[in-house]
Amino acid sequence: MLPLFIIVPLCGAFLIPLLSRLWKGLADVVGNLVGAVLVGFAVYGVAALAGGSLPAVYAMGGWMPPVGIVLVYDSLTALVVLITNLVGFPALLFSTRYLDQYTGRWKYYSLFMLLLAGLNGVALSGDMFNMFVFIEIAAIASYALVAFGTRAEELESGFKYMVMGEVGSLLILLSVAMLYAHTSTLNMADMARVLQAGGLTPLSWFVLATMLVGFSIKMAMMPFHSWLPDAHLSAPAPVSAMLSGVFIKVLGVYAMSRVVFNVFGLTRSVAPQFFNLLVGLGLLSIIAASLLAINQKDYKRLLAYSTVSQVGYIVLGLGIGNYWAIVGALFHVLSHAVTKGLLFLASRSIERQTGTREIGNLGGLERNMPVTSWSYVLGSLSMSGVPPFAGFFSKLFIIVGAVEARMYWPAIVAGLFSVLTLGYLLKVINNVLFVNRDRNSSLVREAPAPILVALVMLTALALAFGLGFRPVLDWIVNPAAKVLTIPLTYAQMVLGG
Amino acid sequence: MVPFIACLLLFLLGLYAIVLKRNIIKIIIGFSLMEYAVNLLFAFIGFKQGAIAPIITRLGMTQDFVDPLPQALVLTSIVIGLATTALMLAFAMRIYEKYHTFDITEIRRLRG
Amino acid sequence: MSRGMTVIVQSVTRLVAGMLFLFGCYIVLHGHLTPGGGFAGGVLIAAAFILVSLAFGSVENVEQHRYTFSSVFESLGGLGFLAIGLAGYLAGHQFLSNLWPKVGEPLTLFSAGTIPLANIAIAMKVGAGLFAIFLALGASRFVMKD
Repeated sequence: MLPLFIIVPLCGAFLIPLLSRLWKGLADVVGNLVGAVLVGFAVYGVAALAGGSLPAVYAMGGWMPPVGIVLVYDSLTALVVLITNLVGFPALLFSTRYLDQYTGRWKYYSLFMLLLAGLNGVALSGDMFNMFVFIEIAAIASYALVAFGTRAEELESGFKYMVMGEVGSLLILLSVAMLYAHTSTLNMADMARVLQAGGLTPLSWFVLATMLVGFSIKMAMMPFHSWLPDAHLSAPAPVSAMLSGVFIKVLGVYAMSRVVFNVFGLTRSVAPQFFNLLVGLGLLSIIAASLLAINQKDYKRLLAYSTVSQVGYIVLGLGIGNYWAIVGALFHVLSHAVTKGLLFLASRSIERQTGTREIGNLGGLERNMPVTSWSYVLGSLSMSGVPPFAGFFSKLFIIVGAVEARMYWPAIVAGLFSVLTLGYLLKVINNVLFVNRDRNSSLVREAPAPILVALVMLTALALAFGLGFRPVLDWIVNPAAKVLTIPLTYAQMVLGG
Repeated sequence: MVPFIACLLLFLLGLYAIVLKRNIIKIIIGFSLMEYAVNLLFAFIGFKQGAIAPIITRLGMTQDFVDPLPQALVLTSIVIGLATTALMLAFAMRIYEKYHTFDITEIRRLRG
Repeated sequence: MSRGMTVIVQSVTRLVAGMLFLFGCYIVLHGHLTPGGGFAGGVLIAAAFILVSLAFGSVENVEQHRYTFSSVFESLGGLGFLAIGLAGYLAGHQFLSNLWPKVGEPLTLFSAGTIPLANIAIAMKVGAGLFAIFLALGASRFVMKD
């Protein structure tokens, strides 16, 4: 069961170039089919994990750990795989109508499938080097996808993104090399045993530092964020949704927290300096990116800066490091993935129908595009933490965690800048959707059906995560937070005892 | 210890080229340097004095092998490096077609 | 544009290209016994094709066909590798399990179960992929037009 998460998109990636030679439309069909199947697998995986009927460790080729390569499916992996595929399927559905302007759709779908395979692989891999390989698969696919339009600006931002992303990847590879030199194993659980028995040496601090920089580039944390706004501006909207919603969380947040919490076994009491650094970086991202977002005139760039600031919340939650803060961070991973994906798709739907991205040129779209507009409104409300949406609970848990850890300033900053998020998102909602009806020509029509279906799906998910936060918390987030807060369970689960 | 420091120096040299050089081709060469530095580090990690290459040419061999795992990892990372270098060169070519220059200070059509 | 390079290069290519191709095949087929394997052999095979392409040149039509062929072969190679992996899975073992690990004499050509088959699939993928990269970089004017 577990390798199918990787095999199915890979099969799709290799089948699409062949089948689309027979008939061009098959690329859409196969791509969306794979997306739907993966959603089914991910949901089944969560249910099976809750029921205890899924083997959590899968030894590839029958070679047992620590020698062989393993796939590990624990609660944290389940959460990450779930968001990957829940956002991936609507993005694929959106792509069917989005790609009308481009030639070579099979290349797009093939790359998108590789991106999905890479993201699922990062989440599932229980082996350090394999995780790096999947990171690279996802990253290379995303570089090519960002520059897919091959206009001058798109190539420029794609190259910029690629340079920064590759520096991050090579830093990660360097730290994997040093971890191997230090522990003589690549299996993450085995590595955790060796590292936790040996304590923190100067070498482990060096490895942690290079890893932190590498993953920070991948998750666009504040000093390393500069690739993200440009990449979002030029990427196709479904790719933006994947990048902002899933990519930076899987490659950055998930991979880093897996390494920091489960492999190094760090907790706040062991390494307070490291966690304070995370809190500082998180606060920097929240504050600076929010302030940058307010002044943007282009609503896609505004959303990109808002992503940087929301990642700050996640890192803040991880940095606070107690149970509620981590629950909040993981819940924010879940809610932000869905809502930011929704916002990017909705804003592209507006751009597609009106032909502009300037906030100042738009107005009163609510009358002509009700579905797009209301999904945008609901997404914005969830993003900025208005009850009873998903974003409210995630930020609430982070603030509760901060107060519990007696970090009052971070709690206050998180609360205040959540209001600021509402402010800049309301600016867009108000100007673009409701007032200035005179700017709107009555010729603007609602987007075509596949786009609306994608938007409605994501809106429904955002609402469901908010209104049904109790079951989501019980089944998905709490078990995942337990994986992170009890560092030793991971090694015990994989190696058995 | 010396080989490891040499690898790190090579890595930093590549980083220097990426950060400070203005020509896109030189930046790509910087990436190749960084990759080779990490590959070399892997090779050093697996090295053992007096051991032979890890290939079984007959049954029942008793000599010491060098660690074969880093070699497999190097091979994988070479493949990844091939893909990234090819993609970067493709980017460089398309950028040259659009901007008619390899100088990154002149490739600034995006603001911010 | 005159096609290809000088007569010297072309004659040497005629001599060498076939041997390069054969040597690549040898490296692939003996991948489970000697250094090398799917990737190294695939690169050699691609090198043979690239050499021919460079020495004799080509026109847009031919280039398009070569690109189509190499792209199809690349996909087939990838699918082949997945099929070998899935064969182990469908036979009731784990994904990528070796189906017949004990078949054949150890250290001879016919041994090691599905590993040589996987090597061949990888060689197809790598050889065709590398050749496609070469075509795409060297002839982006033709190929990228789709």
